[in-house]
Amino acid sequence: MTAETMPTKLVGQAIKRREDPQLITGQGSFLDDIKLPGMTHACVLRSPYAHAKIKSIDTSKAKAYPGVVAVFTGEDMLDLNPLPCAWQAGRVKNNVNTPRVLAVGEVHFAGDPVALVIAEDRYIARDACDLIEVEYEPLPVVVDAKKATEPGAPQLHENAPNNIVMEWEAGDKAKADAAIAAAEVVVREQIINQRLIPTPMETRGSIARYEPATGEFTLWTTSQAPHVMRLVLTAFVFGIPETKLRVISPNVGGGFGQKIFCYNDMAFTMWAARKIGRPVKFVEDRSENYKYSTHGRDHITDVELAGNRDGTITGLRVTTYANLGAYLSTIAPGIPTTLYGRIITGVYRIPAAYVKVYGVYTNTAMVDAYRGAGRPEASYLIERMVDRFAAEIGMDPAEVRRKNFIPPDAFPYDNGLGLLPYDSGNYEAALNKALEIVGYADFRKQQEEARKQGRYLGIGISSYVEICGVAPSKWIGLPGEGWGAGLWESANVRVHLTGKVVVTTGSLPHGQGVETTFAQIVADELGVPYDDVVIEHSDTAGTPFGYGTYGSRSLAVGGTAVYRSVAKIKEKAKKIAAHMLEANPDDMVYENGRVYVKGSPDRAKTLAEIALQASVAYDLPEGMEPFLDETTYYDPPNCTFPFGTHIAIVEVDPDTGIVDLKRYVAVDDCGNVINPMIVDGQIHGGIAQGVAQALYERAVYDENGQLITGTLMDYAVPAAHMLPPFETDRTVTPSPVNPMGVKGAGEAGTIASAQAVMNAVIDALSPFGVKHMQMPATPENVWKAIRAAQASS
Amino acid sequence: MATITVTVNGKTYTSDVEPRTLLVHYLREHLNLTGTHIGCDTSQCGACVVLVDGVSVKSCTMLAVQADGANVLTIEGLAQNGQLHPLQEGFWECHGLQCGYCTPGMIMAAYDLLQQNPNPTDEEVRHGLEGNLCRCTGYHNIVRAVQYAAAKMRGEAVPA
Repeated sequence: MTAETMPTKLVGQAIKRREDPQLITGQGSFLDDIKLPGMTHACVLRSPYAHAKIKSIDTSKAKAYPGVVAVFTGEDMLDLNPLPCAWQAGRVKNNVNTPRVLAVGEVHFAGDPVALVIAEDRYIARDACDLIEVEYEPLPVVVDAKKATEPGAPQLHENAPNNIVMEWEAGDKAKADAAIAAAEVVVREQIINQRLIPTPMETRGSIARYEPATGEFTLWTTSQAPHVMRLVLTAFVFGIPETKLRVISPNVGGGFGQKIFCYNDMAFTMWAARKIGRPVKFVEDRSENYKYSTHGRDHITDVELAGNRDGTITGLRVTTYANLGAYLSTIAPGIPTTLYGRIITGVYRIPAAYVKVYGVYTNTAMVDAYRGAGRPEASYLIERMVDRFAAEIGMDPAEVRRKNFIPPDAFPYDNGLGLLPYDSGNYEAALNKALEIVGYADFRKQQEEARKQGRYLGIGISSYVEICGVAPSKWIGLPGEGWGAGLWESANVRVHLTGKVVVTTGSLPHGQGVETTFAQIVADELGVPYDDVVIEHSDTAGTPFGYGTYGSRSLAVGGTAVYRSVAKIKEKAKKIAAHMLEANPDDMVYENGRVYVKGSPDRAKTLAEIALQASVAYDLPEGMEPFLDETTYYDPPNCTFPFGTHIAIVEVDPDTGIVDLKRYVAVDDCGNVINPMIVDGQIHGGIAQGVAQALYERAVYDENGQLITGTLMDYAVPAAHMLPPFETDRTVTPSPVNPMGVKGAGEAGTIASAQAVMNAVIDALSPFGVKHMQMPATPENVWKAIRAAQASS
Repeated sequence: MATITVTVNGKTYTSDVEPRTLLVHYLREHLNLTGTHIGCDTSQCGACVVLVDGVSVKSCTMLAVQADGANVLTIEGLAQNGQLHPLQEGFWECHGLQCGYCTPGMIMAAYDLLQQNPNPTDEEVRHGLEGNLCRCTGYHNIVRAVQYAAAKMRGEAVPA
């Protein structure tokens, strides 16, 4: 976009992304695109068994294979500590088991790494892996979280009896018990939130280089949080000074949570690069990504919702078994607790609620945050149960929602579950808008008509609230929620001598358009041309420490840090301008890139003039440091709570079980919007992942712990023809938490969508007596649900 | 080793390759054309789509030796004289990409689609791209991007 066509105010405008030109021309630099001189290639041999003792490993043939540089096993890397678990929520104490970089003695899931081959090219490395001989003694396996806690179940770790990681609770049990005992109506279900695989289109990987002369490592890795990786790899895994490692995230091809965490390849590429004196590259293939990198969801929940026949919800009681996999991933315990249990009542005022969560080890891949991370599970649960309740009492599901919404004047709202208060909301406005767009009243008539013709249409409403902008360190930190760090974010803004603006930030994009959005904010606030602002990120050398991008926090936390640094720059610029103009600093006004004396707009200095003076610095106010350079570490006073209503319309063919998703309407409220094009894009992508859970995707382990959805051939990531166009709209309820009034939009679509689709499917099937069915609503599952309902009626 | 001669983006290369070398690895590792990506190991994702003699091919599913004598077009060869191809322009204008990893393959697949059907319906675009996965966009804006390019290539006004 040229300067002439740029609107004067950029915030709120659909500015085309500055990230795109390199990506649409093939000039991006993703991890596997990086080649270093002398670089070697790593391949990992993984356990085919889900649980086994390693009796012996013979690497001699692999070592002798031409082109192999080295072969290592877990015994070679005993100087490395296991990977850390940083969020030990739920009173996890003595039963933390995290993965070693390579397994030692025992493997706990199919895919657990047992040996590493380093070779001249990736083909040779793969060939040599096949030559390693491992003798295993298979052990009993358990993959189901609930069964894993039962007496006699196979045990994974000695320090975790009954495979229980933690028992966690929130709310008031006695009150919930009483409300359920006294209720006119109680609806009960077992609701399964199936295991999903995040599937960023770029798999994960790492490249490490070691400089023997200085003892310094450089690690390029597909990470959403390079500073955090630097910290945990040095402090916890290697026990070396933090200053000995530089971490760089190159272009990252999607993350969705999976790339937040510390993985073994970060450590073994570093370790091996030091050992062999050459750079080492490891890139997962897709099957490895599915077997080893983290999965999401996987809850088994028993839920009871109590209410009156007038539609008032009076109580909620929830017991969830959260499958955390074979070991604890970096933040795994925090997901089904803080980010799930604490928001289990959703958008409703429920006077008595109680949730109990068991975190459980099983012989499966680790489970950790996946887009939405706990909130999709919570939202699915409550929204499915509200529909179930509405059907039970014969009331319109939209009406039941209206009747129980937290009203707009109740904010800030404490839900009684140990969460910070919801910041702002107007749930009914979003519901009404969505109902209007979809034509709710007309639809109900069409549905009636269609049923007479033997066609089964259904409509599903999902009104959601979520937790973004995580999080105030004081709340989320160790003494509170068990997060072993802060969750503030950093930004430095510098105005160089030439008037050009350089922003460095601890946030980083992997598709979210952070560079564009942040540049819009800075250009507006400083009143400088958009193209004069550069946003630098993703490299621990040259950016201030930051916690990274996840939890829809980049704008609300990282963006606010940028905003505040800009405000500090403006204050300093006013002082310098006052000095240059021999005016009173208190009389200075900053506007559109210039500072003038109040009442005398001609007595002015431009930011470029001020920046030049700040740099050459021969005539600054007494005692002032040179340069316009300001840093902010912004710790938010609260999280933000985006909300909205999504509505799906489906038609189900009862003979084949095929679900046709005919329309999808989304009304989201993420507070003030910086770039509506980017926000809509985030919502679209989020919806796609939630619809995928409702209709297509499910990670399946067989009883031996084999992942039978181990490739994209078996795991049904939807293609274009499997999704409809999305009708998006919004309401705007600014957040009072931060100065821009923004909330976050990265996960909302996923948090809102699965239950919209499932409620629609079950609404369509209601004439058959179907009250609930588990996801995904594949033709087979739908067909079975109809048959089961008919058989029991 | 086998000797192959391949023309890629108008430039002819003669290379010695192992017979088992995949075309995508040849492009990326031998020719350093890293715009073509790899997203799976079962030919599902389409991140590696290139045109071989004018036809879209998943380059992870073809051996380099099978491309001997062929004319290959990759994402790097699409823009001409610094001018973006209408598809590249459409993806930029319509926010048809987020992380950008699937984008080169998606654009090359769309290129073939529009060759075969210059005036597709949205439904035809969706089915035409069913061999390509995107995890970021939900495809909504990819469909718009392809329609933008289609209109432009037909010499019509681009859709709003």
